[in-house]
Parts: sequence; C-alpha cells; structure tokens
Amino acid sequence: MYSELVMDHFSNPRNVGTIADADGVGTVGNPVCGDLMKIFIKVKDEHIEDIKFQTFGCGAAIATSSMVTEMVKGKTLEEAEAVSNKAVAEALGGLPPQKMHCSNLAADGVHEAIKDYRSKVAGKVE
Amino acid sequence: MEKRTVYMDHAATTPVHPKSLEAMLPYFSEKYGNPSSIYGVARESRKALDDAREAVAGILGAKTTEIIFTSGGSEGDNAALKGTAFASKSKGNHIITSSIEHHAVLHTCHFLEKFGFEVTYLPVDNYGIVDPDELARAITDKTILVSIMMANNEVGTVQPIAEIGKLLKGKNITFHTDAVQAAGALPLDVNDLGVNLLTLSAHKFYGPKGVGILYLKRATPFLAQQQGGGQERNRRAGTENVPGIVGMTTALKLAVENLESNNRHNTQLRERLVKGVLGSVSKVRYNGHQTKRLPNNVNLSFEYVEGESILLNLDMMGVAASSGSACTSASLEPSHVLMAMGIPVEIAHGSLRLTLGASNTEEDVDYVVSLLPGIVERLRAMSPLAAQAAQ
Repeated sequence: MYSELVMDHFSNPRNVGTIADADGVGTVGNPVCGDLMKIFIKVKDEHIEDIKFQTFGCGAAIATSSMVTEMVKGKTLEEAEAVSNKAVAEALGGLPPQKMHCSNLAADGVHEAIKDYRSKVAGKVE
Repeated sequence: MEKRTVYMDHAATTPVHPKSLEAMLPYFSEKYGNPSSIYGVARESRKALDDAREAVAGILGAKTTEIIFTSGGSEGDNAALKGTAFASKSKGNHIITSSIEHHAVLHTCHFLEKFGFEVTYLPVDNYGIVDPDELARAITDKTILVSIMMANNEVGTVQPIAEIGKLLKGKNITFHTDAVQAAGALPLDVNDLGVNLLTLSAHKFYGPKGVGILYLKRATPFLAQQQGGGQERNRRAGTENVPGIVGMTTALKLAVENLESNNRHNTQLRERLVKGVLGSVSKVRYNGHQTKRLPNNVNLSFEYVEGESILLNLDMMGVAASSGSACTSASLEPSHVLMAMGIPVEIAHGSLRLTLGASNTEEDVDYVVSLLPGIVERLRAMSPLAAQAAQ
C-alpha cells in the first residue's frame, strides 16, 4: 500500500522533535480526524535554518511530515512557501488515493509556521 | 527477541483447516458434477450437498429445508434483511437493529431506508451491549424485523440474543442474528437462540472463503434476493459451490466439536496478552466487556497515537493485526463501534484489535507484548498530543 520511500520516512523520520525558541510554529489537522501536525522553524536571513516536527497520525501523516522538513530545510521562505502538499506526495513516490486528502497536510504545516513567523516579525517592527 | 511471523487477525479471516481443505479437494476436478444433473458424477455432488446440509442442520438444531447455502456473511445479511423486509412490507415498515452491527447489516439498512423502511439503530452501553428492555420499548405495531449481531467483530462483545429471542416470541416479528463472529466460540442452536434467521461465514471458522450459511426458519416471510435456477428451494439461485460447502461443513463440525478446548486456548492467551500489555504500557484502555466477550478478542486503545501507525510497526516486526482507526478504512471516521460505545474520537483512532486463533502460542503473545511498549513509546515521542498532555 505504501511505497518503500514512504515506509523509510515512516520508520526513520527525519527532524522529529521541537525547537524551544522557534521563530514560527504551524499546527494543522485535528486529532478528531486522526491527524495532527506541528511544525517548528528557526529562520535566519529569510532562510529556514532549522525545522522540526511532531505528528500524531497514520503512516502517510508521519512520512509527509518527515519529507517536507527535508524539502524545505535550508530553503528561502519563498521557496518553502512554493512547496505544495502535492509536491510532498510526489517526492515520496506517491500516496494511496485515500491518503491524499486526509493525511497529506505537511506542506500546509510549513506554510502556517512561516505565516506565524511573519506575523511575529511584523509585530516586532510595529 | 528474534523476529517471528505472528497472525493475530482471526476476526478478519482464518486459514483453512487442513481437514477442510482435504475434504474439498475431490470436488474440484474429480467429483465436479452439477448437483442439479442426473448422471453419476452429478449424483456424487448431490450426495455431498445433501450430506453437508444434513450435518449443518444438525449442528444448528434446524431442519435441512431451513438451510440455505450462500456466498458468505455479506450475502447472508443482505438476503436476511432485504428478503424479510420486502416480504413483510404489507405488514409494516419498521426495522430495529443496533448501532454496532457489521456494515453488511448497517449498509443494508441504509439501502432499505431508500425504499420506505424506517430503521431504529439502538444505542449500546460502554461495553458495547444492547439493552433488551430498550429494544422492547422500540417495538411499534409497524415493526417487522429485528437484526442484532451475536458477537461484535471489533470488540468481541457478546449480545443477549436468547433473551431478545424470548421477548420477541409470539410477537410476529422476524428475528435475525449475524453470527459470523460467534461461530466456533458460542453455541449456535437456533431454538435456544429463538431466531428466525442466522448468518454464518465459513472463512471465519477455518473454512474456505466465498461460502456461508443462512438459516431460514420455516414460515418466515422471505423474498428471494437472487433469481435464476431453482436451487436452494427457490430461495437462492445459482449452481451450488459444492467444494466450498463440503469444506465449510467439515470446518463447522470441527469448530463445534472443539469449541470448548478452542475457547480455553484462546481465553488463556487473551488474558496473558491483556495482562502483558496493560502491565507494560501506560494510558491504554481495554475496550469491550471483560467477560461477555469472544474468547479470542482483544481490543485496546493507546492514547496519543494513531492505530495505523501501530499496525505498520507491528507489520514490520512480522505481526498481522487490525485497527479501528479511520486510516485503515475508506472513510474519515474511526470505528462506528467504538464511537457508539462512547469512546472519545481521538482515542478511537488509536485502537488496535488483536484476534487470537488456533495457531497462536504463548510465545506469540509474549512476542507481541514485548513489541508494543517500544512501538507506542516511539510514536508518542513524536506525537504533539503526548507533548500537550505532558505539559
């Protein structure tokens, strides 16, 4: 049902954890739906310097979280914002159809974290 | 611990018993005649079919004319509900069932609602048990059919079928029970149960897939759901699955003969498994009833983790199990059974069903018990819910 790459990210997820002094935190999903993702980012010079995640969810939820952290780490915020949920699924070699709509939220989590960072920066400027 | 292959999903299906397989084999290419034909090779098939029907009838306490061979549990449930409902439409349009039935019953009820039938879905208590008094109060003068499962497939809870049978006696209401999960664990005498219809599926009791039994009591209103030849006394058209029926009958005889020893075996392993997991993992619930449950069923919910993730980890270690999480079904909803039992939705997502069987050993149980703490701990370490709860 899952590709080898999905199972690899599921069994050895990259960048699991939290960042205590994160510059931005994004939360997507809902435990009621069976998926909840939290993405922590550290930003330096408009680049994602560090990224960590915590996920409650199925194999696809964990694998997409892990994959998106690899895809955006070191990238500019703009580049990270251009990464879509679909691109994450494609990078994993595809997901089963029923997983595309419910567990494929990790890129949204990154976008939320960036939004959180931007709102904090804006707050500081004012 | 060394990696093992452990099958703990016997509620999903069971391996065919070697004796069942052996009994079936001649009926594929040696004694292959169509039982409806008149020549020698057909008479052999006819004889096998008649013998099987007699044996099944004997086990259920029924007459041979009351046994219909089907393709399995879903067909049995469909035929029982639709066959009764459409045949009784002039008398009424009300059906009573429970909220924890198998989808073969629930979705058939939804189908019947489109044809003007009204369905009451009885709630269950926290253990998953239907209250017969509540059922009695739901009866109206339009009630034509009651369908309550004998034992639940997810949490193994055993329903008070004989008690419901008693209260329906003399009421001119047809009573069906889906006994698919009960076969081999509970006695199946239809007179003791007081049912008009009873559904069985062979592959749940070490018989082959694609074959089952529908008991239909004489004089029960019934409209055949499959038209064609006159097989099964015009109640189920189609050339009989002779090898399947022979294999199923052998498996059923064995299941009934060995019921007590199998139940002892499963109960002992179940208690060892439950004790082992509850003793080694925190924040875990044992769903269902302690004693009114199938001897082979264990259903656990692990807080802060999701069921499919547990299953994938178990699978990597050679263990086959099942979950009530939404991710293991086609829908976004977690198990309707756990929800009906009042288990919070996020906890229902973290459910794990382990169903034991003949091949399982204490070593299998100890292996699973040794794996679960590590799997759950690893998943909790990455779960934001566990982190929230810790704060």
